[in-house]
Amino acid sequence: MIILRYALYRFMTMLMTLLLVSALIFMIINLPPGNYLTNQIAELQATGQDAGVAKAEFLRREYALDRPLVEQYFIWIGFWPGQYGFSGLIQGDFGWSFEFDQPVSEIVGQALWLTVLVNLAAVLFVYIVALPLGVLAAARSKTWVDYTSSFIGYLGLATPNFLLALILFYYGQKYLNLPIGGLMAPELEGEPMNFTKVKSILLHLIIPTFVIGTSGAAAMMQRLRANMLDELDKPYVETARAKGVRPAKLLAKYPLRVALNPFVADIGNLLPSMISGSVLVSVVLGLQTIGPALLTALKSQDQFLAGFILLFVALLTLIGTMISDVLLMLLDPRIRYGGRE
Amino acid sequence: MTPLLEVKDLRIGFKTAEDTVENVNFSLNKGQTLAIVGESGSGKTLCCRSVLGVLPKTAQIRSGQILFTTGNTNTDLLKLNERQLREIRGDRISMIFQEPMRSLSPLHKIGHQVSEVLELHRNCSKRKVKQDVLEKFARVGFVDPERAYNAYPFEMSGGMLQRAMIAMAMIAKPDLLIADEPTTALDVTTQAQVLGLIKDLQVETGMAVILVTHDLGVVANMADQVVVMNKGKIMESGESRLVLSSPAHPYTKKLFATAPIIPETPEMTPPVAHDDLILDMHNISKTFQARSTSAWKAPVLIKALRGVDLQLQRGKTLAVVGESGSGKSTCARIALGTEKPDHGGSVKFIAEQNAEPVEVQSLDFASKCAFQKQAQMVFQDPYSSLSPRMQIRDTLTEPLDIHAIGTKSERSDRAQEVLQQVGLDGNMLRRYPHAFSGGQRQRLSIARALILNPKLLVCDEPTSALDVSVQDQILTLLEEIRDQRQLSYLFISHDLAVVARIADEVAVMRQGLVVEQAPPCTLFANPKHPYTKALIAAQPEPDIHRPIDLDLVALGAGAPGSWADAYRFDKTTIPPLTEIETGHKVRCYA
Repeated sequence: MIILRYALYRFMTMLMTLLLVSALIFMIINLPPGNYLTNQIAELQATGQDAGVAKAEFLRREYALDRPLVEQYFIWIGFWPGQYGFSGLIQGDFGWSFEFDQPVSEIVGQALWLTVLVNLAAVLFVYIVALPLGVLAAARSKTWVDYTSSFIGYLGLATPNFLLALILFYYGQKYLNLPIGGLMAPELEGEPMNFTKVKSILLHLIIPTFVIGTSGAAAMMQRLRANMLDELDKPYVETARAKGVRPAKLLAKYPLRVALNPFVADIGNLLPSMISGSVLVSVVLGLQTIGPALLTALKSQDQFLAGFILLFVALLTLIGTMISDVLLMLLDPRIRYGGRE
Repeated sequence: MTPLLEVKDLRIGFKTAEDTVENVNFSLNKGQTLAIVGESGSGKTLCCRSVLGVLPKTAQIRSGQILFTTGNTNTDLLKLNERQLREIRGDRISMIFQEPMRSLSPLHKIGHQVSEVLELHRNCSKRKVKQDVLEKFARVGFVDPERAYNAYPFEMSGGMLQRAMIAMAMIAKPDLLIADEPTTALDVTTQAQVLGLIKDLQVETGMAVILVTHDLGVVANMADQVVVMNKGKIMESGESRLVLSSPAHPYTKKLFATAPIIPETPEMTPPVAHDDLILDMHNISKTFQARSTSAWKAPVLIKALRGVDLQLQRGKTLAVVGESGSGKSTCARIALGTEKPDHGGSVKFIAEQNAEPVEVQSLDFASKCAFQKQAQMVFQDPYSSLSPRMQIRDTLTEPLDIHAIGTKSERSDRAQEVLQQVGLDGNMLRRYPHAFSGGQRQRLSIARALILNPKLLVCDEPTSALDVSVQDQILTLLEEIRDQRQLSYLFISHDLAVVARIADEVAVMRQGLVVEQAPPCTLFANPKHPYTKALIAAQPEPDIHRPIDLDLVALGAGAPGSWADAYRFDKTTIPPLTEIETGHKVRCYA
């Protein structure tokens, strides 16, 4: 009951934050002078192509770029009627990309889900790798287990992602016959989902997941190890020992439960850092995620595309922190019942 | 009869260092209590933990035997492997620890943590386990066992948690209970009740107890046998009746000499006149706001102080005594102006006789600076009150630096001088705090407070983190400098025995109110308030003929609502502080 009420409360605050973030994003994108169309018009006029200018002018009116900034923002969100009535983000119209000359939804459409897929896989990878290794390193601290896992961890942290990607592609192809680049076999693109396509995507996911997740996993492992080491000396661990609990069970039940808090709290931070970190990797690996699109959009001031992608990343972050907050509450009675009568 | 536990020639050491514990021998019969007494670093904890095999990782048992006899089986605990030891831990031998707050997992329900013992060692149904646990909870004094079962540790007081720990240790009906300083972290009245509980349970179940403690008073109240340890060796051992009444070893004698006691027939001194005050606190209240449970409820108000009046005569010591949460430390902070009292309270500081009083709570920056030069504080924990990254010289000269006194070399000289005054060597200036022992650190802490030549020293439990013999030295030092420099002390403490020694006047506090105030002689010879009586009764005396009177403790230590009509108070109705004889005030209806 408490959890449910809290989750609802967190959801409401999340929506408020999202609104605030959207305003910030829109403002920041519009900070540099001009926009995509004014830049284009200036360029066309300089080269004397007046026909193009007319089209650009038309687009400028069509997308309300000639109105004041505040009005533009409200039209973009959908709080204000545009040229053709209410048609903004909340109505499901994501706007037009001038750079690609296509609706944003079409450019982003599939990439959006692939982005979520790649990054969720990476987050899962981080947790699956970091949890056992961190615990093991702490339980066997100052032994070869600890030193080896730390060494591999630091190696993972220090190796640049794109380099790791190239190395893995080479050897993955050579020895395991893993596909290079892309998120599915090229002939399957645009086809409806079926078994072969899913299989192809999963095979293509292996290396990107590893590349994007490695440094995160290494950092997370070290943090978990440090937290565990702090907890292992606490008197309650000794109490459990004096009760006669088996060492493995003791470790999992008592210190790990306490050390898990920061681990869980990191979910929120992990998502955005992975998405921004994976832009470069996506370019190198040729992944059809939104990363490369974001890069192009930002460079050319393609404001609706850039705005939408940034807002989407913010949404993921907010969902991540919400999930971690609710999980923390589930995990820790001190947060759940702090101040119960 | 074979003893239940026999420790022979036990030697324990760390890594490659020399033995930390040498040739320790003791034995314990069924149903008996053995106390291991010693100061920190004496190896007493290592000894008792080696019985259960729960030593720190780097410690190794180098030789010896620990024979444990139950029924007809006789096992050497040191020869068992981990798995065999696990079967004994919690089942045949169990343990309770010093800090109940930290010894229970913060994330698991208390009932669950206690049940775990039965789940590990007994083969019975979940329902039977829960029933057993609830029965045990009722036995150790939980009014509502079901509620305690479902509570988390952070929802309970230290005393209640220690009861839960005892329930956990007793649930499997062990033959031996090892209690490692079980009451050191508790208030004195709670300590008395917890000790009483252990004793009762022992009589009921016939288990033996090893009690590790530094307090001879606890030994006198609990033990049949006593082992006195110092620096890893046994100094003296035997029946506690004999050891306590006529200690033979010089070390034991020294322990006795330094243990502060409440005098049985206190020397009568006239009540302190209040004609030349240095500190005058009037009508001090303090309300803290605790965060409320939800955004829709009003914040919870906690009244830490409720209209306290305290007057400190120049050159005298006023002690404020009370349990944790009584508001005594808040009082100290308000006296120094580091915390603001609620509206209506005033703190006046009178630097010289007949000087103009300054209102501590409404000083501007410059006069606050001047005030701070004259009023300094000595803190409780000498380990955390000195910066580990500063040399002693920097720590000591920093106050001079702040108040721009003297040149650099003068400051250095002054630091050296103060260091010698507190009994440390002047050439220690370049060292860092970690190079000093607890007692030496507390001396440093006093030196830092003294370097500005203050007139008023507020001491917040200055000796409660120290060993008894060191406590004695620090108290002596405080007395000496008070007399030399005509200092006035506001002395905060929870220990009546310490107060009996140093104070000229004592104020006993409970729940933010002064309940009784008198010179120590009057207070100890003729206590009137039930809470004061409980405090005095709960003080364990190192004399087996003066056991703790648990009934008296129970009478006064309960909630103020349970006191006799004349003394009872609650949130709204509070009896006045009535002067019943000269200098002796009691909060009661006349």
